[in-house]
Amino acid sequence: MLDAVWLVPALPLAGFLVLTFGGRRLREPIAGWLATGCMASSFVATLGVFLALVGRPSDDRRWVTTLFEWVPAGDLRVDAGFLVDPLSVTMCLFITGVGALIHLYSIGYMHGDDGYRRFFAYLNLFAFSMLVLVLGDNLLLTFLGWEGVGACSYLLISFWFTDEANATAGKKAFVTNRIGDWGFMVAIFLTFFTFGSIAYVDVLDTTAAGTVATSTATVIAVMLFVGAIGKSAQFPLYLWLPDAMAGPTPVSALIHAATMVTSGIYLLTRVNPIIADAADWVPTLIAWTGAGTALFAATIAVAQRDIKKVLAYSTISQLGYMFLAVGCGAYVAAVFHMVTHAFFKALLFLGSGSVIHGMNGDQDMAHYGGLRRFMPVTAGTFVVGWLAIAGVPPFAGFWSKDEILAFAWNESPLLWAVGLVTAVLTAFYMTRQVVLTFFGRGRFADPRPAEVEAAWEARLAEVDATVEAAKQTVAAETDNGQPAEGLEAAEQALAAARAEQATLRAAADVRPEPSGFALEAAPDVGPVADALPDEVAVRAEHHPHESPRSMTLPLVVLAALSVVGGLVQLPFSSTTKRLEHWLEPTLFHNEVHLTIGAGTLWILAVVAVLGGVVGIGVAVAAYAARRVDHRLFEQPVLADAWRLDRAVSRFMGGPGRAGFEAVARFDEAVVDGAVDGVATLVRKEAGLLRRFHNGLVRTYAVGIGVGAVGLVAWFLSRSSF
Amino acid sequence: MSVLATASGVPFAVLPALVFTPAVGALIVAILPRRRPELLKLVAVATSAVVGAMAVWLLTAFDTGHGADLQFVSRRDWIPDLGIQWLLAVDGISLFLVVLTGVLFPIALLAVDPGHDDRAYYAWLLLLEAGVMGVFMALDLVIFFLCFEVVLVPMYFLIGRWGHGNRAYAATKFFLYTMAGSAFMLVGILALAFLHADATGGDLTFDLVALAEAQSLETTTARWVFLSFALAFAVKVPIFPLHTWLPDAHTEAPTAGSVILAGVLLKLGTYGFLRFGLYLFPEASHYFAPVFLTLGVVGIVYGAVVATMQRDLKRLVAYSSVAHLGFIVLGTFSLNTEGLEGSLLQMVNHGVSTGALFLLVGMIYERCHTRQIDKLGGLQKPAPILAAVFTVVMLSSIGLPGLNGFVGEFLILVGAFNAHRWWAVAAAGGVILAALYLLWAYQRVFHGPAEGDNASVSDLRLREGLVLAPLLVLIVGMGVYPKPVIERMEPAVDALVAHVEAHVEGFTEPTSRFGADVEAGGDHVGGSDGHSDGHGEDHGDAGEDDH
Repeated sequence: MLDAVWLVPALPLAGFLVLTFGGRRLREPIAGWLATGCMASSFVATLGVFLALVGRPSDDRRWVTTLFEWVPAGDLRVDAGFLVDPLSVTMCLFITGVGALIHLYSIGYMHGDDGYRRFFAYLNLFAFSMLVLVLGDNLLLTFLGWEGVGACSYLLISFWFTDEANATAGKKAFVTNRIGDWGFMVAIFLTFFTFGSIAYVDVLDTTAAGTVATSTATVIAVMLFVGAIGKSAQFPLYLWLPDAMAGPTPVSALIHAATMVTSGIYLLTRVNPIIADAADWVPTLIAWTGAGTALFAATIAVAQRDIKKVLAYSTISQLGYMFLAVGCGAYVAAVFHMVTHAFFKALLFLGSGSVIHGMNGDQDMAHYGGLRRFMPVTAGTFVVGWLAIAGVPPFAGFWSKDEILAFAWNESPLLWAVGLVTAVLTAFYMTRQVVLTFFGRGRFADPRPAEVEAAWEARLAEVDATVEAAKQTVAAETDNGQPAEGLEAAEQALAAARAEQATLRAAADVRPEPSGFALEAAPDVGPVADALPDEVAVRAEHHPHESPRSMTLPLVVLAALSVVGGLVQLPFSSTTKRLEHWLEPTLFHNEVHLTIGAGTLWILAVVAVLGGVVGIGVAVAAYAARRVDHRLFEQPVLADAWRLDRAVSRFMGGPGRAGFEAVARFDEAVVDGAVDGVATLVRKEAGLLRRFHNGLVRTYAVGIGVGAVGLVAWFLSRSSF
Repeated sequence: MSVLATASGVPFAVLPALVFTPAVGALIVAILPRRRPELLKLVAVATSAVVGAMAVWLLTAFDTGHGADLQFVSRRDWIPDLGIQWLLAVDGISLFLVVLTGVLFPIALLAVDPGHDDRAYYAWLLLLEAGVMGVFMALDLVIFFLCFEVVLVPMYFLIGRWGHGNRAYAATKFFLYTMAGSAFMLVGILALAFLHADATGGDLTFDLVALAEAQSLETTTARWVFLSFALAFAVKVPIFPLHTWLPDAHTEAPTAGSVILAGVLLKLGTYGFLRFGLYLFPEASHYFAPVFLTLGVVGIVYGAVVATMQRDLKRLVAYSSVAHLGFIVLGTFSLNTEGLEGSLLQMVNHGVSTGALFLLVGMIYERCHTRQIDKLGGLQKPAPILAAVFTVVMLSSIGLPGLNGFVGEFLILVGAFNAHRWWAVAAAGGVILAALYLLWAYQRVFHGPAEGDNASVSDLRLREGLVLAPLLVLIVGMGVYPKPVIERMEPAVDALVAHVEAHVEGFTEPTSRFGADVEAGGDHVGGSDGHSDGHGEDHGDAGEDDH
């Protein structure tokens, strides 16, 4: 069965090819079912490979198959081959499994979209690239997948390309990732230079034998780390991920939460012997980058209003946990969290997609509220995802996060503290999201601040016009000079209008500032209720709705996985640590072992749970019970992501662009100017030859032509042909 | 390379046929009636298609078992008094450039019609093809130089008569600039031949192999002569800062002219460096390598930065060539197998990808009557297939793994890293910029809402699709399975590297690799392996005994 591993990536590739070249008959919904079928078959094939691998003794679970020689040049021999081992198969299992569910979900989500077929073609191509990334038996093939998923990510973020913002987001993702790719490439060069091979088997075995100089291992590890932070959106290369939410929501779930963004962690786990041989500061750097990013992103998630932005920053934060784990030598915990995160974050994203679907594309949580009544399945499954990510036992996220925190404590209590604060914030912002979306007062029918503002403007203009009209009537009656009653009536009307104007202006002056969330009651629109635009009434008529079954089924499955996902690695005894045993052969004994006692572990777990409870409690107090002013947490600087993104954009658009422009002008004025200058000089000075410099280079051309013909004729006349 | 062996079983003198068929075709076109444009086109396309077919046949007939030998040699004494021979041959270095030429010309001819003066247009293009074929196959310096110069004439007229707005200026600049460069080469060729004759006391010869194997010039003299060659090639490539003729010529040329210019003509310079620079002057090439490596890296970054800010789509593609050719220069002067093979591959890749890009820009121009990026926009909506093809070609140009551009770029960088790592590290940064300028241009041309006439442009037509299809097949094929290409190049490249190593004291492929850092098991310190004596008898095994 191991021989059939090529089927795993080949099936989605076949799906892509059929969808691309299959002609127009592949319309909705066939295209969607075809793509989903390919993914599901790929999952089945992966299961087969998995079972075959399980059937082998644990020290014989590494198997390489070569398809063909890809780049055989000089001393460099790169094969297109697959490395089947516990790590790659674990990755494949959740990529194809979660991938198939998300494909299924997309059938409903993308219903009616112009680019239906194109969407599924891209999705299948992505799955192919992702599987090549994890199955590749050498760094270059991984790099192929790495760039391939990047390209698909680009295509899918800018999927709705007619919107300029989506196009920009796609480009930003690709270019930012390329910065990381630069590091990856340099790492490949140095690896080849050092080992004479870039195949994992050669490189890792040589390194694990302890024969590589520390300095070399350090540089390779750091360069791979640079690549990893690009793809896995860690500080400072995280900037592209929040923007990537411009893509359709299934894309956010599949690519920007469950699979692609975890490739950085996969890569670092794969090369664990190199990290082990690198200088001590390298793991420390990885751990602190992860912990820092986790905390940083969590603070931003606290203040977002866009439902997907919360999840985006949450993803960055959770990926930070995984980096923290890798840096602490807890590779199993990193993979464990990667898997559980794939379950619950895919669930949360798909749930948010279902909400957005039900809300006709609205992503602003200020307009949600009370949705559990309209979409019970979405709400129920979302709640499961929330409990999982918030670290509530016994949901999946609790086990994996707890394990990471334990290893962080093992490494340094400071790292643990950062992780704990992040956990509290995570519980807080996720509770906030759940409350704002599914509980409390339904706000979808509320007039929006802009609409209220427009209504006020309209009403004020209206009374102004009435006063103006009354004034003119008075003036006309005065000129008329006839019956006094007419004038009197007109003056009364004017007075009444003036009074109404004054009242309205007074009311306008004291009207409440439009707040972000009208949690308690609909915004008081008082005297302008009649002037509200029609959309408000329309929204009140059309309730949010639950999504079709093809969308809710994946939610239910993912919710179930988010409940039981922890079972693969329970900390109670050595036999319940199944994932650890399974991954052991790929970790070369580099997995750190905890030196802390069981008692401490229990205390840490209790503290973590308490932290989660605190986070949940504060959020409930602020958003559900409204005992605390929620605006306290929604600081503008947090909502604006610490203003970093804005600063970088401003730099790129300002000095960066000006610098580029200066080089372009230099080329025109100086480099090319010199050439034109020489030409002018020659033309001026060469008096004797002026006749030939009449601007007609044609003369030269003819000259050369004639000369060449003459020469050839001469040669021919003397030749010995 | 010194061993001349004609591959057996060649039914006819295929190399002369590759040169003379287009030349004869040009003559036929020239005497056909002027008022029958479709007939003129038919003859021209048919001629170039025959040449293309012969070139592809050459690929299959090329004997991979012959190592670095020259194949299909066609040799006649021509002017015995002066030692000038009619000498054509191909080996792994020139083979793919011949094939590229054979493939690109029919595509360029088929893709666009000139609009006026059809007869002259087709005649010039065919003559151009003859000249280019001659350049890539000539191994006698005089013949090479003649072809190298003759190529200028048709190109000059193509730009000057069928080009766009500023064509007269661009054509003049192109002509004068490149001719000024090659004037130095002529002096160099003569100096080399006479000095060689003096030193050996033998007859005058212009035979490349004889001159290169003898290495009869003194070191300093050789360096000067190298520089005279290098100047001509550097202008032709072009290497920064001698590149400013390129954006003008590429932008103002008609579409077919741009395709041939970028696809084939730029390779004259890079091929010249490989074939003549390194082979004739190994010591000087090594001596001056840092200069060219630096200029190559500068070209990569500089070309990309300038490309980013272009307002004209065609000019943007033209500047992207400056960056791509910087990579080729970098690989060439890495002076090792990976670098040279990468350069050769990249010459072909660049021809295919940039040729396709120019075709696409031409198609956009035909539809929108502008190349100004800010006047385009939203084209993906009305023309999704055109956009999809553009995307694939763009990703190839960006160097996406799985497509052709990556393989060449990667090998170049690996080679450069092994030889001079900091240059490679800097050059790899150019990869970021490539993504920036192309994706930004793509966004502004294809994404966003389509306004005005842009909303109603037509999608790719059948003829256009057929013209682009072979290029797309090459883009994917050479990215997924480049082995057949590399395999055929390798013996000749190995022989060339061995030749350089043999004639540069103390120079081998970098020594620190494979084990300097690995403390145990490093039993093959010193990277130069199978290269025996530079005489290229049996180089097929080079590089394999390391594994």
